[in-house]
Amino acid sequence: MNKEKKLDKSTLKRLFGYILKKYKFQFFIVMILVILSSLTNVASSLFLQSLIDDYITPMLSETNPIFTPLLKALSTMACIYLVGILSTYLYNRIMAKISQGTLKSIRDEMFANMQKLPIRYFDTHTNGDIMSYYTNDTDTLRELISRGIPQIVSLVVTIVSTFIAMIYTSVYLTLLVIVILCIMLKVTKDIGGKSSTYFIRQQESIAKANGYIEEMINGQKVIKVFSHEEEAIENFKRINDSLCDDTTLANKYSNILMPSLANLGNIQFVLIGVVGGLLAINGIGGLTIGAIASFLNLSKSFSMPITQLAQQINLVVMAIAGAKRIFKLMDEEKEVDNGYVTLVNAKNVDGNIQEVDHYTGMWAWKHKHHDGRLEYVELKGHIELTNVDFGYQENKTILHDISLYAKPGQKIAFVGATGAGKTTITNLLNRFYDIEDGKIRYDGININKIKKADLRRSLGMVLQDVNLFTGTIKENIKYGNENATDEEVYEAAKLANADQFIMHLPNGYNTMIDGNGGSLSQGQKQLISIARAALNNPPVMILDEATSSIDTRTEKIVQDGMDKLMNGRTVFVIAHRLSTVRNSKAIIVLDHGRIIERGNHEDLIKQKGVYYRLYTGAFELE
Amino acid sequence: MIKKLIRSIKEYKRSTLLTPIFMVLEVAMEIIIPFLLAKLIDQGINQGDMDVILKIGGELLIAAFLSLFFGVQSGKNAAIASAGFAKNLRQDMYEKIQKFSFFNIDKFSTSSLVTRLTTDVTNVQQAFMMIIRGAVRAPITIIFAMLMAFTTNANIALVFLIASPILGALLILIAKKAHPIFERVFNTYDKLNNVVQENVKGIRVVKSFVKEDKEIKKFEKVSKSIYKDFSKAEMLLALNNPLMQFTIYTCITLISWLGAKCIVGGTLTTGELTSLISYAMQILSSLMLLAMIFVMITIAAESSERIIEVLDEEPDLKNGNNPVMEVKSGSIEFKNVSFSYVKDRNKLCLKNINLNIAEGQTIGIIGGTGSSKSTLVQLIPRLYDVSDGEIRVGGINVKDYDIKVLRDSVSMVLQKNELFSGTIIDNLKWGNKNATEEEIIRACKLAQADEFINGFIDKYETYIEEGGANLSGGQKQRLCIARAILKKPKILILDDSTSAVDTKTDSLIRKAFAREIPNTTKIIIAQRISSVEDSDNIIVLDNGEINGIGTHEELLKSNEIYKDVYESQVKGGTSNE
Repeated sequence: MNKEKKLDKSTLKRLFGYILKKYKFQFFIVMILVILSSLTNVASSLFLQSLIDDYITPMLSETNPIFTPLLKALSTMACIYLVGILSTYLYNRIMAKISQGTLKSIRDEMFANMQKLPIRYFDTHTNGDIMSYYTNDTDTLRELISRGIPQIVSLVVTIVSTFIAMIYTSVYLTLLVIVILCIMLKVTKDIGGKSSTYFIRQQESIAKANGYIEEMINGQKVIKVFSHEEEAIENFKRINDSLCDDTTLANKYSNILMPSLANLGNIQFVLIGVVGGLLAINGIGGLTIGAIASFLNLSKSFSMPITQLAQQINLVVMAIAGAKRIFKLMDEEKEVDNGYVTLVNAKNVDGNIQEVDHYTGMWAWKHKHHDGRLEYVELKGHIELTNVDFGYQENKTILHDISLYAKPGQKIAFVGATGAGKTTITNLLNRFYDIEDGKIRYDGININKIKKADLRRSLGMVLQDVNLFTGTIKENIKYGNENATDEEVYEAAKLANADQFIMHLPNGYNTMIDGNGGSLSQGQKQLISIARAALNNPPVMILDEATSSIDTRTEKIVQDGMDKLMNGRTVFVIAHRLSTVRNSKAIIVLDHGRIIERGNHEDLIKQKGVYYRLYTGAFELE
Repeated sequence: MIKKLIRSIKEYKRSTLLTPIFMVLEVAMEIIIPFLLAKLIDQGINQGDMDVILKIGGELLIAAFLSLFFGVQSGKNAAIASAGFAKNLRQDMYEKIQKFSFFNIDKFSTSSLVTRLTTDVTNVQQAFMMIIRGAVRAPITIIFAMLMAFTTNANIALVFLIASPILGALLILIAKKAHPIFERVFNTYDKLNNVVQENVKGIRVVKSFVKEDKEIKKFEKVSKSIYKDFSKAEMLLALNNPLMQFTIYTCITLISWLGAKCIVGGTLTTGELTSLISYAMQILSSLMLLAMIFVMITIAAESSERIIEVLDEEPDLKNGNNPVMEVKSGSIEFKNVSFSYVKDRNKLCLKNINLNIAEGQTIGIIGGTGSSKSTLVQLIPRLYDVSDGEIRVGGINVKDYDIKVLRDSVSMVLQKNELFSGTIIDNLKWGNKNATEEEIIRACKLAQADEFINGFIDKYETYIEEGGANLSGGQKQRLCIARAILKKPKILILDDSTSAVDTKTDSLIRKAFAREIPNTTKIIIAQRISSVEDSDNIIVLDNGEINGIGTHEELLKSNEIYKDVYESQVKGGTSNE
């Protein structure tokens, strides 16, 4: 419990750190303005007390009442009011900038940090989880910063100044107020605490209902085909009912809190009147009747902000929870990169490789040895794995003792059932994950020494699930190389067999597509991703074939594009259709993370082992 | 519009009505309390009369407790009513969606249906609670307070009678101006979420192309435009509070001045002045509440429109009068059938299809993407209605059957294999919830699924994750086939349902069909020639028209498309062996 509180505190501190970092001065000004604005409020209620005692009552006894002092006082008040109003306006305006600016820096930092997280993070967290950092959690922060903080400060100022005035007026009555205040706090803690518990439960219930709705609506056509409507409604009713129960409880307690506190305030008012009257009439504590009246007003200005403050508590609790989650994302361990071997443009001068500062079509690894010696190794695409072990979790080895090599220009195919470890091997090549034991060398250099960005630039990837980004088709292809000219983009698209269908689109290469490529067919999306990889033009390619069924004609076009892309490169293919692996230099058959067969197509067919059985259709791949 | 939503209140009518009633009572107490307080000050404390203090104090206490009771009751009922209303709305929508035909579902798209059932309902629920509490509270407070103010002193009450409409109008004006900006902000929010989503999904692409920095810049750009729009909207709203304060302070100043004159003139007491000021406060803060409700309602109005669209949607497939309750045979007949998804004769997906399929036959369908293979078979269980012509099953027009009866006899495995989270048994029982263990095992053996199921540790009790994520494509397809067989249909349709199954298993499934369910009419759509070559008849579809019908041998001789596909597939499979 204590630890939790400490964490809450440090979370709040960190949150304020973000506000103060960029807006220290503005925030300071806002605080002054907020204080001014709430002091105006206090001044106003103080004035209302003196209005009767100091201005109106004296006039009553005059035969010819002079209104000048009242007019003067009212003019002074008008000026104070004006200051208050101006302060309120200014702090609201400045606060809008501060809160939005702070949220922007938090969001930006969150995203920038996320980009640097290792693939492992994305593999172990669901999309929905990550998305909620940017939506729900950021929203709670916005509420807190833009509305919560100024309101809380202003309420506290009002409460403190009123409290001082109360003590000044009557110590005895203040004690009474404190007793009732304690009851109010207790009520807030009880009802408010229950309300937050149920709100959290409601959140879970909503998530559950949404999950069910999403799954069932997505499968709605199956429901229709199986005439399963009745059962679907029945199940939905159950989940819906329990959501309703939780929502009712959560709202019930939060709805009750307000009237409870407000009426406790009223009761307090009555008690003060009665007790004050008793004290005054019996002459205890030197209390005058006028003082009771003003104390009554003070107690009202005291209990009202407390009621309002109680309402802010849910906001603060939720914002702290949101901030905690956001900071957790920010604090996730980033991908470490200790690589120092970099990729540079190079040219060959009399058999010596020299670094140059412009594009030559030739690349070299710049290897600075520990003894200060500088070595340039030409980028060729020679990959070698030696005794590699790997597991996604500790003590759970998935790949056992994998050794294989691919010489520049060779095509190596991985074949095996789901879970055999095909994708895992490719995850290691570009260091999405780091190996546990063994060595991977790229052109003879241990890949741990190569800067990750440069290593990945030298490895192209065409993945099973095509991921495109919202933008034009041209922009998507250019993802492979920002500096490519339009000509080069068209060349790459032609090589990938994508040019033809793109030219048929109404806006050609400038056709806008959304992230899912909604308007494009699966095959067309694949062609774009091949063009993207072609423009990148890396010496080594990793191809994960698509499994989804596309019709025979399109498949042929895609395959042809892939073949052209593979030409002249070192290629690792994760094969889902055996027809594409036959011309590989080597076929590696994997089973449960071990290499069980290897060789070219003819060798493996002769062996009459697993590959043979797969090939003849006795086994299925997926 | 509101009328339609109100229908969903149903059993929560009582709570819905009790909320404002208790609210009115609470407000009445809140109005009486300052009135009594004024009396307490004037007649009790100022006069130093303890008896009066105790008497009025007692009355006040009762009023406060009553107010507490009413407030709690109103809050409680509001929670019950709004949560219940939302529940009923969701339930009504969900039940309506269950009645939707494929045409209706396509029209809305699944993701928009999900939003309507979730976010939109939540918006309406919040607005509903606001309305039954606040929309009653605010005007009642204003009316009561006005009444009290006028009875206390009509001249001074005029001050706020003039001030309140001006303030109200200004607040609503601000809200109206801010609304489009907020709308823009939310659109930009969608954009931002889209960038995040694309990056999370495509993180492997981002990382392997080393584009982290580019993506960060892209994000910052969207993030900046949110910052700009949002600050703008909030700055506009920043006028709200000062405007409110301005009105309050002006009223206080004016009331003080006029009040002082009246008191001196002997037409007002000091206690009355105090209560006048508190009435002014009540009226003005109620106006603020009204403005807030106004904003809530505009947001909720869009959501309610989207909900009503669902509730109002007429399912375009309905049972006829006196529907036929039994499908006698599995014969199928297409008579001059044409079909368009958009119900437009110029955009036909199927053109003039004529077919005759006898009971127990196996029919293969081949054709490229967009040749309307799936469309053709979806007309048989009446997932869509033909635009022209008619389809007869067992000699009777499909429109004359009871839809459930028809669909129970026509079992279809859709192209997109949907399994639901639950055990394998749960999923299989979709086909027939009363199926015995033997029946289930038999169906799975038929679909060649029994073997791999027994390979799992929990066998038939194995838990399938959402979307069947823990199964391979071929396994999912075979479970879907078993599920369809369990229905013991007269007609079984497989829409490209064995694409991920290896050729050997594929042929085992077809052999089992021929052996075990000979009287069931089987229609098989496939990409692979090997999946259809032993069918009684093969239909070659091209561009929504029948390009050829015949056996494998006949088509090889006569049909160009068929020959083409055959050659491309056989070449891929046999050379080098």
